[in-house]
Amino acid sequence: MNTASQQPILKTTDLCKRFGGVFATDNVNLDVLDGEVHALIGPNGAGKTTLISQLSGLLKPDSGRIEFKTRNMTGKPAHKFARAGLARSFQITSLFADMTLLQNVALAVQAHAGHSFNFWRNATLDKKLLDPALSYLETTGLANSAGKQVSEVSHGERRQLEVAMALATEPSLLLLDEPMAGMGSEESNLMINILQKLSGSKTILLIEHDMDAVFTLADRISVLVYGRIIATGKGDEIKANPDVRAAYLGEEANA
Amino acid sequence: MSDHTPATRSPAFWINAALLALLALVPPILFITGQPFWLDVFTRLVILAIAATALNLILGFGGLVSFGHAAYLGLGAYAVGIPTYHALYGGMDAIASFNGFLHLGLAIAISALFALLTGAISLRTRGVNFIMITMAFGQMVFYAIVALENYGGDDGLTIDVRSEFPLISLDNPLTLYAVGYLSLLLVLFIVYKITRSRFGLTLQGARSNEERMRSLGVDCYRYQLVAFVISGALCGYAGFLLGNFTTFISPEMMDWTRSGELMFMVILGGAAFLLGPVIGAAAFILLEQLLREVTIHWHLPFGILLILSVLFFKGGLAGIVDRQRLKGNRQ
Repeated sequence: MNTASQQPILKTTDLCKRFGGVFATDNVNLDVLDGEVHALIGPNGAGKTTLISQLSGLLKPDSGRIEFKTRNMTGKPAHKFARAGLARSFQITSLFADMTLLQNVALAVQAHAGHSFNFWRNATLDKKLLDPALSYLETTGLANSAGKQVSEVSHGERRQLEVAMALATEPSLLLLDEPMAGMGSEESNLMINILQKLSGSKTILLIEHDMDAVFTLADRISVLVYGRIIATGKGDEIKANPDVRAAYLGEEANA
Repeated sequence: MSDHTPATRSPAFWINAALLALLALVPPILFITGQPFWLDVFTRLVILAIAATALNLILGFGGLVSFGHAAYLGLGAYAVGIPTYHALYGGMDAIASFNGFLHLGLAIAISALFALLTGAISLRTRGVNFIMITMAFGQMVFYAIVALENYGGDDGLTIDVRSEFPLISLDNPLTLYAVGYLSLLLVLFIVYKITRSRFGLTLQGARSNEERMRSLGVDCYRYQLVAFVISGALCGYAGFLLGNFTTFISPEMMDWTRSGELMFMVILGGAAFLLGPVIGAAAFILLEQLLREVTIHWHLPFGILLILSVLFFKGGLAGIVDRQRLKGNRQ
């Protein structure tokens, strides 16, 4: 994908977050360009989840600036980020466990459809919610499990549901926090396929440990180590970067 | 949120229907066959069932444990007592009246306003803090009424004249029961409609996973606050009925132990179910009545039974019937 001419949809400037004396996010400058799949990688404890939590409004940065679609979003609450068009999935599956898969996605569709101050009409049979919800379940390979409770489906399917719910808010940027976490290779391949299909039409910021997935999917990769971004570039550049090899890829090769 | 279409009525549906039919028939029959005392018991039962159903909107469907809902019963009852007092003894011309519509309007408006003000603050907290702060607001009303010497303070206030409505007289015990029973059906219908609306689904989503709702772009606070106000207003309505039923009101009826009883009815009956609070209120009132006849130390066996029911009937009495639903709800 040609990313040279594109505008950043998400841009952070000198973002900092510290817990006690530890810089979890240390002057991070990150650009996600419109239309690209941008992967964020880094060893455990590098501060990936802290960073993504700030980028989705669940954590407030200590200093620095977050711009989304050229609007300053620094310090805004999570629901404002979502309203602006930034959807996230969670590393630790975060679903409505007491509902069916269809109800989960329908609720996400409803959340995107505007306010929910309708007290009377039966929303559990509302085609305006159920039809789109079903189509997102199809996109993520879950159409056959639509009527099952979350508690009845496998870990892999729950991860797929995470993606379906993020998609249902029709985001301009999809923030995926380790969508392949805890998956077997078969489930991972299925997820890579789903994400590959999405990559043509969605801008994605992907946090992922699975290197196969990252090099298959990502247009560009940023490497986060000890809260700092030490390199950003295309897959080959990252593989060749000596700092990255020392800090991250080398570690994996030795392991 | 399972869906019972006419073709697939569950056993629970028929049990609920049977319960409501029994409540419609048994008390009037007992009254006509010369047992007016039991009509009184059932009148109190349906009124407290309304209050418990109102509480369940935020406790069961919203996941917010309010420990101050007896305050709304009190506010609703004093919205009958105070205008009636002034209509009899003068003063406060603006509200001095026997007019039932005025009493009802005041009960609902004051309860809604109190819910709005206290909910706006309480809903900034969660968990134990929410329980404590709602209880504190409830006790605030309790002490405020105690301080109102005009209206009897600690000693309470006798309502000498019941709320007046055209065509019907609440002085007739059968009429009063019919009003209470139909009010219960109305409140159940309102809560039923709300829980399936977009509003209700949002509320239940926030109960299930608030962080996820926020990440979907929903400002849960606004929905929870509106639910809190609806719950308070409906509970105030129950208070209006309770005032007309007991005709004697005192701060004691809004003590925190009363809030606890309401909570208990909801949990005993089953907070995940529309009719859970009705079943809970029925079990609570009837058990209290029966044990009272057996022994003056009825609190002890009553307490033991309540503890056992919570331990062994998780999901409440309604949960015994509808195990399938519970399986999903408990995950």
